Amino acid sequence: MSDYTLRDLEYWDARIRDKVQEFGLTCYPQEFEICDHTAMLGYMAYSGMPSHYPHWSYGKSYEKLKTLYDHGVSGLPYEMVINSSPALAYLMRDNTLCLQILTIAHVYGHNDFFRNNFTFQTTRAEYTITTFKAHADRVRRYIEDPSIGYERIEGILDAAHALSLQCRRNMAVKKLSEPAEQARLDEALHPRSDPFQKIHRRPDAPPPPPAKVPPSPDEDLLLFIRDHNPFLTNWERDLLTIVHEEAQYFIPQIETKIMNEGWASYWHRTILESLQLPQGLHLEFLVRHNQVVRPHPGGINPYHIGLKLWDDIERRGNEPTPEERERLPADKTGRQLMFDTREVDRDVSFLRRWLGEKQMRDLDLIRYESRGDDLVVSHVSDEQGWREVKELLVKSVGMGSTPVIRVEDADFSGSRTLLLGHVHDGRDLQLEYAERTLSYVHRLWGREVVLDTVLNGKKATLSYGERGFSAKAAK
Amino acid sequence: MGDTIFRPYTPSDAERSDRSAGDRARHRLKIRESIRENIADIIAEESIIGQNRDRIIKVPIRGIREYRFVYGENTPGVGQGNGDSQQGQVVGKAKGQQGGEDKAGDSPGSDFYETDVTLEELIEIMFEDLELPDLERKALREIEAYRTAKRKGYRQVGIRIRLDKRRTARERAKRRMAAIRRQETAFSPAAGQGPRAGRFPFHDDDLVYRHIVTDVRKESNAVVLCLMDTSGSMDTMKKYLARSFFFLLYQFICTKYQNVEIAFVAHHTEAKEVTEEEFFHKGESGGTFISSAYTKALEIIQARYHPSLWNIYAFHCSDGDNFDSDNPAALKAAKELCQVCNLFGYGEIKPLGSRYYESSMLNIFRRLDDDNFQTVLIERKEDIWPSFKAFLGKDRGARQGVQA
Repeated sequence: MSDYTLRDLEYWDARIRDKVQEFGLTCYPQEFEICDHTAMLGYMAYSGMPSHYPHWSYGKSYEKLKTLYDHGVSGLPYEMVINSSPALAYLMRDNTLCLQILTIAHVYGHNDFFRNNFTFQTTRAEYTITTFKAHADRVRRYIEDPSIGYERIEGILDAAHALSLQCRRNMAVKKLSEPAEQARLDEALHPRSDPFQKIHRRPDAPPPPPAKVPPSPDEDLLLFIRDHNPFLTNWERDLLTIVHEEAQYFIPQIETKIMNEGWASYWHRTILESLQLPQGLHLEFLVRHNQVVRPHPGGINPYHIGLKLWDDIERRGNEPTPEERERLPADKTGRQLMFDTREVDRDVSFLRRWLGEKQMRDLDLIRYESRGDDLVVSHVSDEQGWREVKELLVKSVGMGSTPVIRVEDADFSGSRTLLLGHVHDGRDLQLEYAERTLSYVHRLWGREVVLDTVLNGKKATLSYGERGFSAKAAK
Repeated sequence: MGDTIFRPYTPSDAERSDRSAGDRARHRLKIRESIRENIADIIAEESIIGQNRDRIIKVPIRGIREYRFVYGENTPGVGQGNGDSQQGQVVGKAKGQQGGEDKAGDSPGSDFYETDVTLEELIEIMFEDLELPDLERKALREIEAYRTAKRKGYRQVGIRIRLDKRRTARERAKRRMAAIRRQETAFSPAAGQGPRAGRFPFHDDDLVYRHIVTDVRKESNAVVLCLMDTSGSMDTMKKYLARSFFFLLYQFICTKYQNVEIAFVAHHTEAKEVTEEEFFHKGESGGTFISSAYTKALEIIQARYHPSLWNIYAFHCSDGDNFDSDNPAALKAAKELCQVCNLFGYGEIKPLGSRYYESSMLNIFRRLDDDNFQTVLIERKEDIWPSFKAFLGKDRGARQGVQA
């Protein structure tokens, strides 16, 4: 079945760890679990968590993964790592020794990234496993409670899952409590000192806008509903909290996919090349490595783009062009530049900072639009087009693929109607999905829900209330 | 950084990991619910006869998509080219799941998928929530026509073919053990003799035969008579509704009887027997004499499906636009049909709204109150399933709501 023993893995792991230390990666303690494909499918369906609350969508996810796997449409990943301390990774039992070595090195790359990147600082890795376990226990207890039951739990979870990504994207920006936010707004209206008061008369302070809830638009839909719908029961509030917390845990991973995969790929390559593998293993490594990081024409392979950019950052540090020299911090080696970057960037800023016209041309990044039945290339990364391509790419990576919807007013028109606003950036909402999602908001809020958006360049209002859905173009 | 821990593979872990079983079962249940909701759409596409029940049908599943706010189709995407991309080059298809951006799970297309169901399963789902079985025992006549062999216990006599070798061998073993014990306690056995050492042949008493009784099953052949108005006023939509109803009826009858035949009668002012193809696709023009269809049905029954041998189900679909002068004759023929049929139904197909300005046979048929006569009004395709339930449901009182 396999061409290695546990002892082999331990031997290679020890050698890899020596390299990890030599290269200056700093990792959480690491645990590996050897599993078969059924267990791997299970872990994938439940986002890698050893313990997770039940919901039919995970059954759906499992069936889908299994069908794709059984029909050979997609293989399984070589590994799966979760952001926890100790970091937990699953290795496929049936993989060859070479793949296991490559995977172990790759896992240490992710581990270092989880530990050091700023977006993960809020995830409290040491509690990950216990938190998910506690969530699972609580949900199961509600299900077993005869006064609640599975159906009602499912109803709330369905709705909460639909809104789970409607939340703040940047955890590093502190969220103020409502009174604090109100105070901040008031203060902004009354500047303490006017540096030009000797020159002109101090303008009369504009009257403060009527206090409303929320003081400024709020992106955390689930939390807002939890805190402002007085008719929710305690277990309903708790379910919203659970779904929200789990989404918060995964957002950093969504936000750093390209960086993270590129970083892990850079390090598995660097480590394996420094290990002086025997020739047979080395050749297999070259093949496997290229399978992972090859481009996917028509799509984006985060392993490929990530690795290319990290390579380029290293080059810039070591042999910058004169033009680059001016814009980079002085006397940093390529590696130092890389370590700094892995701490302070997420995909959006990573691409914005490091993806230039030349890199884009090398990657042959294109922008496409639908015309009739076809998808047609509208811009290529040449002198005229690269900015357009880059702008769209930066806009759509990570959480950029989720529209920003904010709570504008919880007492709209004085009837506790919930007014939501879609922050339109040129991309319209998919109407059927908006309708169904609004029905979920309505279920949680209990009163009418109104969403301001733009459809085909015109302002539009979608609403969901007692009598169902309606969509109107603004007058 | 402490020591790395390797947890070796253990099969028990793998078994434990089947925690998805509950969620998978729940998901499958939701698929079934979704199929049930869309069932009128699915069956309306099926032909009534000649289909293989193992045939696989693709059913689009809508109910179990996971909705969230997503961007619509006008959203452009970014991808990687082959290295020499040109502006205006076609890179894929816009409809459905594009081979575009790597954002699986976010784009609407990816959650939309079909599931494969066999016709057999589909029919099972359809009848799952119907309470049907008592139906024919009340309203229908039963014929003892089908016999099967059924095992019922064991005997010491029987024919060679029914000899149960295993049990026979066991009987012999029992007897032998008894013999050994008897010998060892009662006598001191002569060496090399007795049951332990030598042959111990089978005895007549050891033989066990399976006992078979014949079982008379009270079911028989059945025929479904599909009668349809093909006058000019029956448009495609009406035929589509009728087809859906007949399909259900046929499938239902198939679950109850071994041998089911089906006959199609199309009528306008006169009736004739036709093939399924003609029945649903041929349009005729002209007026309507409903009595002609019933008379034709009676003729067919007389000639081929005598009521003493066949269970007869007849159903007539029409928009109810009959010539007034024919009404007494129609009523009389309907009465006769009721006498020979297990169940005779009349379905009036009136797409929404049209019933206010067309005449209706439902009023005429009010006068017919035989137990095995039933009328339904079908206004749109959502009505088919409830009206079918009403048609076959065991509680006649519950059907009042469907009647016009």
